[in-house]
Amino acid sequence: MSADPAAPPGNALTRSAPWRGTVRVFGWLGISGRTLVIAIPMLWLLVFFLVPFFVLGRISLAEAIIARPPYTPLWERDADGTLQIIATLENYRWLVQDRLYANAYLSSIRIAVVSTIFALLIGYPMAYFIARSPEPRRSILLLLVILPFWTSFLLRVYAWMGFLRREGVINNFLIWAGVIDSPLTMLQTDFAVYIGIVYTYLPFMILPLYANLTKLDDAHLEAAADLGASPMVTFFTVTLPLSLPGIVAGSMLVFIPAIGEYVIPALLGGPDTLMIGRVLWDEFFQARDWPVASAVAIVMLVLVVAPIMWLQSVQNRRELK
Amino acid sequence: MTGRGWVLPLAVVFGFVFLYAPIISLVVFSFNESRLVTVWGGFSTRWYGELLRDRQILGAAWVSLKVAFWSANLAVIIGTLGAFVLVRMGQFFGRLLLTGMITAPLVMPEVITGLSLLLLFVSMELTLGWPAGRGLTTIIIAHTTFCAAFVAVIAQSRLRDMDESLEEAARDLGAGPVRVFFDITLPVITPALVSGWLLAFTLSLDDLVIASFVSGPGASTLPMVIFSKVRLGVSPDVNALATIIIGIVTVAVLIVGWMLRRQARLQR
Repeated sequence: MSADPAAPPGNALTRSAPWRGTVRVFGWLGISGRTLVIAIPMLWLLVFFLVPFFVLGRISLAEAIIARPPYTPLWERDADGTLQIIATLENYRWLVQDRLYANAYLSSIRIAVVSTIFALLIGYPMAYFIARSPEPRRSILLLLVILPFWTSFLLRVYAWMGFLRREGVINNFLIWAGVIDSPLTMLQTDFAVYIGIVYTYLPFMILPLYANLTKLDDAHLEAAADLGASPMVTFFTVTLPLSLPGIVAGSMLVFIPAIGEYVIPALLGGPDTLMIGRVLWDEFFQARDWPVASAVAIVMLVLVVAPIMWLQSVQNRRELK
Repeated sequence: MTGRGWVLPLAVVFGFVFLYAPIISLVVFSFNESRLVTVWGGFSTRWYGELLRDRQILGAAWVSLKVAFWSANLAVIIGTLGAFVLVRMGQFFGRLLLTGMITAPLVMPEVITGLSLLLLFVSMELTLGWPAGRGLTTIIIAHTTFCAAFVAVIAQSRLRDMDESLEEAARDLGAGPVRVFFDITLPVITPALVSGWLLAFTLSLDDLVIASFVSGPGASTLPMVIFSKVRLGVSPDVNALATIIIGIVTVAVLIVGWMLRRQARLQR
């Protein structure tokens, strides 16, 4: 027995002198332990998550100048000492006028939707097969699905560069097999971007589908079979509808990171592969136009992030019901 | 689907070939003598030698490990506190705000998180004088913020599943809230926090976009160095580096998997 009945209550930490001193100081200040515990995560997220968006919004109203920092201040003192607020909607007008931004937005949605559909088509049979497998095959296959996720994302995208190049593995193989005579151009196309996104986020599609399909009750399938349904009919009328929550969850997990993606279009896509994340990056790192980059980010928040969060809250509420 | 017994296995085999073929070719060509990454010029380990002499890559790897270690530690503290507050503390002022802020980083595109944090750091430096310049500290803060969200999700679900009567019993026996947390709650949710820590560590090691925005001169992480090399085309020493990373990860995952299985067997 470690507890000594004569010792004051609490564990080693709460009995230590510095701890008790701290508690007393906060007590004098009128701050309870409860407030303190709530305050730590709250303050961190307020300062490093919420406030940055206000800074973003404010700089999206500034003008780009060549200085440090490269944007105009929000207010200036006049000669007679009155404060003047300088804000302009010029950056937003620019986003509307230049077709580049609308095209990039639409093309991001298209690329994310197509990739999600392909991830579903490849991931569903895998999830189904794993869920129906006996142990230990099930655990091994599941491990094989998760394993690539733990290795570097950047290096997995890089692997496809070596695969899809003109002198790459696929072209070499096809020429050797006599399927084609001259190498195909696959790298730096939208096709390569689709492959990159599907490849990177496939585990995110498989895992929720697997979790959903393992819960599938065999009795439903047997009942359908007893009533004379063929395996195909059973699949489309019983299994598929029952796995709809898994399909939705998996699709969200692929679609959400895909739409703001930068690395995959930058490495696998061509110069004409437009994605909104890439436009923002180039606006910041190449054009060094911080205000326009901020305006792109604000528009992305409103048009991409807000709908996704709304969809998620709707989905959560439906699940609670 | 069983009627056409070969369709499903074929699709599954295709899926796994799709997942593993690029990785295997990456590993194979890391032992290639030739500089042309995809033309076989004989077996060689010269790229591993070059990698070990590359000061830039080694330095960046050290920066990345430091960032990932501290970000994971801080993310576990903040994520766990956030989850605990939301699951156990009932109603308080700003509860809805905290709920939103703790899960929003999960759906936030990296470019937005990166840009907005950079602008925050620049504004703070102008008005408060801190942080002076950007580097290790700013990357750690940025990574902590988005990793904490993942830790919070894991910790929240563990706390919800946990049997609350254990905590109630301790309270009835006269333990204060701090003692209940450290002696009962924390030990019970520790496995979830370990997986949260590992996830945060991996996410931080992996991040290119946020680090690129908030880092400054002299603090390049490993993904930043790899990205600048890879942008110019394939290079064999990156293959060697990838092979080493894949090797480490595979061994680590196998060990953890083996430990989990043993634990499950012992509990039975």
